[in-house]
Parts: sequence; C-alpha cells; structure tokens
Amino acid sequence: MSLLNPLIQGVLLGGLYALYAAGLSLIFGVMRLVNLAHGDFIVLAAYLMLACVTALALPAWVALLIAMPFMFALGWALQRLILNRTLKNDLLVPLLVTFGLSIIIQNGLLLAFSADSRRLTVGELEIASWTFGDISIGVVPLITFIVAVLVILGLTFLFYRTRLGRILRATADSTEIVQIMGIDPRHVFAIAMGLSFVVIAVAAFFMGVRANFDPAAGPSRLLYAFEAVVIGGLGSFWGTLIGGTILGVAQTVGAAINPEWQQLAGHVVFLAVILARPRGLLARA
Amino acid sequence: MRYGIAISTWNSRLILIAAGVVVILLAFAPVIAPRSLIQDLILIFVMCAIAQCWNLLAGYAGLISVGQQAFVGLGGYGLFALIILAGVDPLLAVLLAAIIGTLIAIPVGLLMFRLQGAYFAVGTWVVAEVFRLLLAQWKALGGGTGNSLPRTATTEMFGLSTINALFGVRNAVGREIVIYWAALALAAAVVGASYLLLRSRIGLALSAVRDGETAAESVGVDITRTKFAVYVFAAFGASLAGALYFLDSARISPDSAFTVLDWTAYVIFIVVIGGIGTIEGPILGSIIFVVLQSSLSDYGPWYLILLGVLGIAVMLVAPRGLWGTFSDLTGIHLLPTRRRLVPLGETPPTREA
Repeated sequence: MSLLNPLIQGVLLGGLYALYAAGLSLIFGVMRLVNLAHGDFIVLAAYLMLACVTALALPAWVALLIAMPFMFALGWALQRLILNRTLKNDLLVPLLVTFGLSIIIQNGLLLAFSADSRRLTVGELEIASWTFGDISIGVVPLITFIVAVLVILGLTFLFYRTRLGRILRATADSTEIVQIMGIDPRHVFAIAMGLSFVVIAVAAFFMGVRANFDPAAGPSRLLYAFEAVVIGGLGSFWGTLIGGTILGVAQTVGAAINPEWQQLAGHVVFLAVILARPRGLLARA
Repeated sequence: MRYGIAISTWNSRLILIAAGVVVILLAFAPVIAPRSLIQDLILIFVMCAIAQCWNLLAGYAGLISVGQQAFVGLGGYGLFALIILAGVDPLLAVLLAAIIGTLIAIPVGLLMFRLQGAYFAVGTWVVAEVFRLLLAQWKALGGGTGNSLPRTATTEMFGLSTINALFGVRNAVGREIVIYWAALALAAAVVGASYLLLRSRIGLALSAVRDGETAAESVGVDITRTKFAVYVFAAFGASLAGALYFLDSARISPDSAFTVLDWTAYVIFIVVIGGIGTIEGPILGSIIFVVLQSSLSDYGPWYLILLGVLGIAVMLVAPRGLWGTFSDLTGIHLLPTRRRLVPLGETPPTREA
C-alpha cells in the first residue's frame, strides 16, 4: 500500500487544522488565554452559516461573508463583557469561564438545531477532484489548504507590518506600558478576540463544507487546534501550519493502517512531541 | 505578648467529633432510608470524593486539570478487567483498580508536568481521550460498546450474605448496602486524607507556593515534587471513586467511563459552587449538585445551560463560592487548614515596668 496518498491527504487536512489553530494561537499570543470554548465557537459559526443558507437561501460563501463581521462583533463583545473581567494573573477563572461557555454553547445548539449532524453545501465543487494515477486531490481540501496559508500570511502581515499589529504585540509584552502610551488594553484584547473569531468563521466554513458537524463536535476541534499549536511551537503563526500538517498526516496515516486509529495516531504524535520537545518544533527560545 | 502558631480553632475539635457522629449516623441510613435516597447518597459520596481531589489540584496545587475523567475511567475499566478477566472479588477489585489507576498516573503525570498552566489543562484532556480511544479497542471488555458485570459479580461479593441475613433483604438490596458503605467510607477517607494532607508539611508547602512560587522555592519548597504528590493522590482518589461508581452501575463503556461532562464539568461545577480552596466547599457542592440533578435533569439541555450560567456567574461575582463567601463573611471555618498566629499570653515584664 502506498503511503503517498494518505501523506498528501494528511497535508491537506492539516490546512483545516491550521485554521482551527490560528485563532487559538492568536489569542494565546496576545493575552495568554486558552479559550476552552474555541472549538464550540467554530461549531457555532458553522451553524450560523447553515442558518443563513437555509433561512435566506443564500450560497454558503455569501453566508461566510455575513458571518465574518458578525463573528468579529461576537468575539469583541465576549471579550468586553465577560473575558476582560477574568484576566487577572489568575489562570483558573478564564479557563473555567470558557469551559462553562463551552457547555452552554453545546447545549444551546442542541436545543436550536437538534443532535442531527449537518453540512454546508457548495454544489458540485464539493465532489470535484483532480486525479493523478492513484492519487486524487479534492478541490475543497486544496482550497482549504491555500486559504490556511493565506490566513496565516495575512495574520503575519497584520502582526508584523501594521500599526494595529504593533499595538497587539506591545500589549502582549506589557499591558502597563501600553497604558502609558494611551492605549486601553481591554480594547486591544477585544479586537484580538474579534480577529480570532473572524478566523473561527473561516475555519467553520471549511469544516462544514468538508465534513458533517453536530453540536457536540466542538471539544475535538479544540483538541486538534491545541495540538497543532503545541506541536508547531507557541507564539508562531507558521508553527500552527506545520503543527496542523503534522497532525493531519499523523491522522490520515493512522487511519490508513486501521480506520479506528485516526484520532489515536494524532494524539500519540502530540504526546511524543511533548516528550521530545515540550516547547514545540518552531519554538522561539 | 508572645505568639504561637495554631491550625485548630476552639471549635474545630468539636466539629471533628460532630463529623464522626454524622458519618456513623449515615452508616445507619440503609436501615430506614428508601432505596432511591441510598442511590442519591452514593452519588453524593462518589462526586464528593472526585470533587475533593479536583479541589486539591486546582484550589491548592494550582494544577487545573480538565482530564480527571482519565482516572475515573481507568478505575472503572480496571475494576471490570479484574472482575471479568481475573475473577477477583468486587470489593478487593475496587482497591486494586485504584492502585492500577495510581500507577498509570505516575508516567502520565511525568509527561503532563512538561506542560504549564492552561497547556497542562488541555494536555490532561488529550490524555483522557487517548485512554478512551485505547479502551474502545480492548475487545475482551466489549470494545466501543462496553460491557456489563457478570451476574456472579453482583451476587457473590465479600460480606454480602452476612448483610442479606442481617437486614433480611434480597441480593440486589444487600449489594446496594455494601456499595453504600464503601462509598461512605470513600468520601470520609478522601475528605479526611485531604484535611490531614493540608495540615501537614505538604499543606504548608502548598500554601507557600500559592502565595508566591519564587518565595516558596527560596525557602526550600520543592514545588514540582509537592505538586506531583498532589497529582498522584488526586488520581488515586478519582480511580477509587470511578471503580466504586462503575461497580454500582454494573455497566461500563468507553464513552460513559471517560466522559468530560460527568467527571470534569460536573466536578468543576461542584467545586466552584461549593467554594474552591476550602475542604467544606466540595462537600456542600456535591449535595447541591445531586439535589439539582434529581430535580432538574429532566430538562436536559436547559439544565446543563443553567449549570454553565451558574458556574460562570459564581466565578465572576463570588469566586470563592458559597462556602468561601460564607466563611469570609462570618469567619467560620469548620475544618480549618490555615496556620494562624495566636497570642500565648502576656510577654514577660520589660525593664520600664
């Protein structure tokens, strides 16, 4: 059996995981917060787009364009109204508050949309693929990967080439000193969360187009995102792409050996990375 | 004035005696209480034990785990493996299963301690998922669909025939009474051990670490070793509680054994509502939780949303929880673990006098 096909599929799957991870990494980089409801917000955004598609009969990509500013506003409000109150040196409060949000979102979605698994449709594009011998490359997985690269390029540009990025990095370094410069860290954090939620909307779109989702799908999305961040190394956007790719390859290769080993193989690779390089592969010293 | 250091308060010795009396009274509950109440009490004891362990981790050692379901599940699966594959007596199997869980916790802990803070939290969740996926592969224990205990394990158990004769009850009831006592002993032992642990040198080290890691290290506290000891103890408590819970339910599956909702979300709710960082909090929390559960769980998703909202509200408004807030307002500590300065009497007269 050739390993080339699972390898390629794994790299493409890694693009999706990098999209999951980029938003998580952004938040952690700016405010040292791990949002335990990250995966549930991805699922929430997917349902939001599904609702747009079914209620307004819009194409899925238009729903994505509507969802992006909406998710920005949601992230901004979440940070302003709830999460900013939790960010005092203590690790416990933000973790437990986001964990509570995770339970609320899962059960809210269950009430609103039932436990049935759903999907976003983009017409014939979904099944389109190019075939080279034994290997077939799906158009949607390829677009996902390209978008992941573009999102990471965009975030890198934003963080290292713009005034907003300078403010975000300065706030990450010291909330006290940016205050001397007349900047309100609470506002900066809210913008960071808003940006993270825009990335969440993009991730949700591709998750929903690539596979089925249901209200309980959030936690495993969080774990994939987290694993990609840790494998790649903290504080690096490109690291999330490398981490996501390694995770994706681990899963597809695992699944090629035994279909029941898909998730397990990804987790094992993650644990092996913690054992060998706990700061990740691309960690800055 | 001369000062000394004391942990006990004037009434804490009385409280200990009262707690002993309560435990003895609870031991007689099966004589009068209906079976549904006995089942509720078993759940309170099991949840109280797991919550107390999580409280030690998060409230005292600063280790936030979202993966204690790993050890609850390992306790349950250890029990089923020992009974089904090795034919061990169920009560003995509960103890052995807890030891298995603890032994597994050592390498797992060594790996997890390479992660800090929030990363530790999510890391423990991944580990719990790994155990869920691994045990779903163990065909001898039913694979992904799980397994039930064989009839012999529910009819032949240490002390069961004596109980049946003593109370004049059938096997099913007698078995429930044995499990009830074991659960009562479990909760009392975990609470008691936590109390002693926090009053010992480890407890002093933990509060030093909580007040300032660098300062604690500079006076010779081995932070990692202290936290690791608490981690392993919490794994032991969770495995023991898990083994007992699944002996009671007599059915296990990877999804029920390693569910993050039951063994972590509920447990966090109990500790947060009751009062994190207090011994009394998880006891109060588990009583509130089981009362809410038996009256509201029919509402399904709405019930869980309510738990989430309550938990978040308490975290934001009164992060010390019900007991912590009560204790701050009144100064009452039933089970004090803090060291206080107390006056020992007048200082000897100085020269001016």
